[in-house]
Amino acid sequence: MKYKSQQVAYWFFALCMLLFALQIVYGFIMGFARIGMDGLHDWIPFNTARAVHTNLLVVWLLSGFMGAAYYIIPEEAQRELVSVKWAYVQLISLALVGVLAITGYHFNIWEGRKFLEIPRELDYLVVINVLLFLGIILTTLYKGKRRTTTALVLTMGLVFAALLYLPGMIWFDSQVTDSFFRWWVVHLWVEGVWELIMGGILAFLLIKLTGVDREVIEKWLYVIVGLTFLSGILGTGHHYYYIGVNKIWLIVGGVFSALEPLAFLAMALFAVYMYRKGERNHPNKIALFWTIGSAIVSFVGAGLLGFAHTLPQVNLYTHGTLITAMHGHYAFWGAYVMIVLAIISYAMPNMTGRKRHDKTNGHLAFWLSNIGMLGMVVAMGVAGVVQVYLERRLSMDFMVAQEEVKIHFVVMLLNASLFATGIGLYIYEFIKYGRPTDEALEMKKEEEPALVH
Amino acid sequence: MLSKSQARTFFFGGTVVTFLIFIGLTIYSLAPGNDQTNHLAITDDVIKGKHLWETNNCMGCHSILGEGGYYAPELTKVIDRRGAPLIKAILQSPVPWAPNGRKMVAYEMPEEEAAAMVAYLEWIGKIDLNGFDRIVSPLAKDKQ
Ligand code: HEM
Ligand code: HEM
Ligand SMILES: [Fe+2]
Repeated sequence: MKYKSQQVAYWFFALCMLLFALQIVYGFIMGFARIGMDGLHDWIPFNTARAVHTNLLVVWLLSGFMGAAYYIIPEEAQRELVSVKWAYVQLISLALVGVLAITGYHFNIWEGRKFLEIPRELDYLVVINVLLFLGIILTTLYKGKRRTTTALVLTMGLVFAALLYLPGMIWFDSQVTDSFFRWWVVHLWVEGVWELIMGGILAFLLIKLTGVDREVIEKWLYVIVGLTFLSGILGTGHHYYYIGVNKIWLIVGGVFSALEPLAFLAMALFAVYMYRKGERNHPNKIALFWTIGSAIVSFVGAGLLGFAHTLPQVNLYTHGTLITAMHGHYAFWGAYVMIVLAIISYAMPNMTGRKRHDKTNGHLAFWLSNIGMLGMVVAMGVAGVVQVYLERRLSMDFMVAQEEVKIHFVVMLLNASLFATGIGLYIYEFIKYGRPTDEALEMKKEEEPALVH
Repeated sequence: MLSKSQARTFFFGGTVVTFLIFIGLTIYSLAPGNDQTNHLAITDDVIKGKHLWETNNCMGCHSILGEGGYYAPELTKVIDRRGAPLIKAILQSPVPWAPNGRKMVAYEMPEEEAAAMVAYLEWIGKIDLNGFDRIVSPLAKDKQ
């Protein structure tokens, strides 16, 4: 690590670890409720657990993206962040928004709009927080010595993500219009601008870990994000099939969302190919695992499993079933969770100066969490197929079908335990690394001069 | 071979073109002439119902128009399926409604709130969902 201000990233990553752990606890609460063990119902009903589970996910991923930006931008722009003090203020306000929102959900203070449950009053705090963050990043870039495509793509992703939050804040009387613009946030985030953020982080990691020439990596980065927007923007239509808007979306959404997997396929091929091509044998193997893993699993979770229910003829039956939940888990896991865990794994030895990256624990964390997540997704997928068949094909009552799929949630919970063990190990390693040290600043320069292009 | 500047042009060009088409289609599908929702039938009661739907986060368990949680039944056609009186009774119940063992929150809504919820659900039930309404709700399907 070259710049002292990069150390702020550590605290954003620490916030990630804390909120991720909590997210999993609420996941278990829901999983148990689904097999009839709902003893917490009076205090934490399912809707509270769900809002907390999904909002924690989004907040900690954003914290991870912000930490990644604070780590990457100084190195790309070749200068310190313009203000470390304000970065800490921003961190604290982010944590504050998160805590306030999550606490409110336990007291019936929310806006029941899936994924955007944060009340509008708090939204303004989110906006201020994000403006502060973008202010720091943009001025650093502007004053920097160098402007790279990697930094540009990452920053564009962050700026667009902020802009796209706004349509979600407009008030509508009609449920249909409300839902229509809710997707401008939710869909255009995960199948649009967040992919730019992912692509930026991925490119940075590949440059560092494989040593392939920056020009080559960044050229393909443009192709990937080009494919993302080309398919993803009009692909929004796959959420408009059956919510009460014009049939034109069945064609537009069907065609363009069917092309969305191409961007993820390109990402996977890109990562694997750069890895093969690379001559550098970087010692941080575990970061490489998470990096390549993210590119591959996102293709499966978002690309293949997304494609599985994106055609209107299929979605007519699967819309709003456990099939959606199955895809949601694997897509978020592969694309966003894994890329954040990759940048954390890469940054930790550099920030702390401790070389724990070849420890068995790290590898165990990778495999346990991945196998556990795959098991959960398969169990949910089976439950989803059975649900669709019984409820939507055979016209069975909702709760009758739910009884039939209960057993799959037992299987899911067993796999979730494996998963949680893996994540537990990851967090344990994170804690063992300790805090960033100033000695790490010196070390980096001598050890890996080749890293600075 | 593709050069970096060609790749950049592909990115910016593709983005601008598809974004403009997207805006155009948005305007088209929200135009009053293409309304499938009986927009004019949105009364104050319906709006109040939507507000209650949101402030209680009903969507955290149920889905509507196929969006929401997967823990409790889809409610798009619930008035057709169960009838308004039962719905009101559930919303006003002081004990959690749990006909199949899975519990709902006991909202104990006053009469006018329960009525607003019903107005909202009635409005939802009449939206033209491009065929989804017939799949999602088996009993309602039989009636049509
Ligand atoms: C990393 C990228 C992605 C993430 C994180 C993601 C996540 C999600 C989530 C959480 C939902 C549920 C949304 C809700 O009901 O509120 C969803 C729905 C959906 N996703 Fe994705 N997704 C991704 C990529 C894709 C791709 C590439 C496709 C298509 C090829 C796709 C197709 C769909 C479809 C069709 C639905 C609607 C399901 C329904 O009708 O209930 N997704 N996705
Ligand atoms: C121990 C681990 C976990 C368990 C037991 C668990 C369980 C659940 C359950 C039961 C639901 C609600 C489904 C419903 O409405 O009926 C849910 C929703 C969700 N979870 Fe998890 N989860 C876990 C971990 C995760 C992780 C690691 C992620 C991110 C990668 C995640 C992302 C989501 C998302 C995006 C939804 C909303 C899905 C949708 O609405 O389609 N969960 N989870
Ligand atoms: Fe989508």
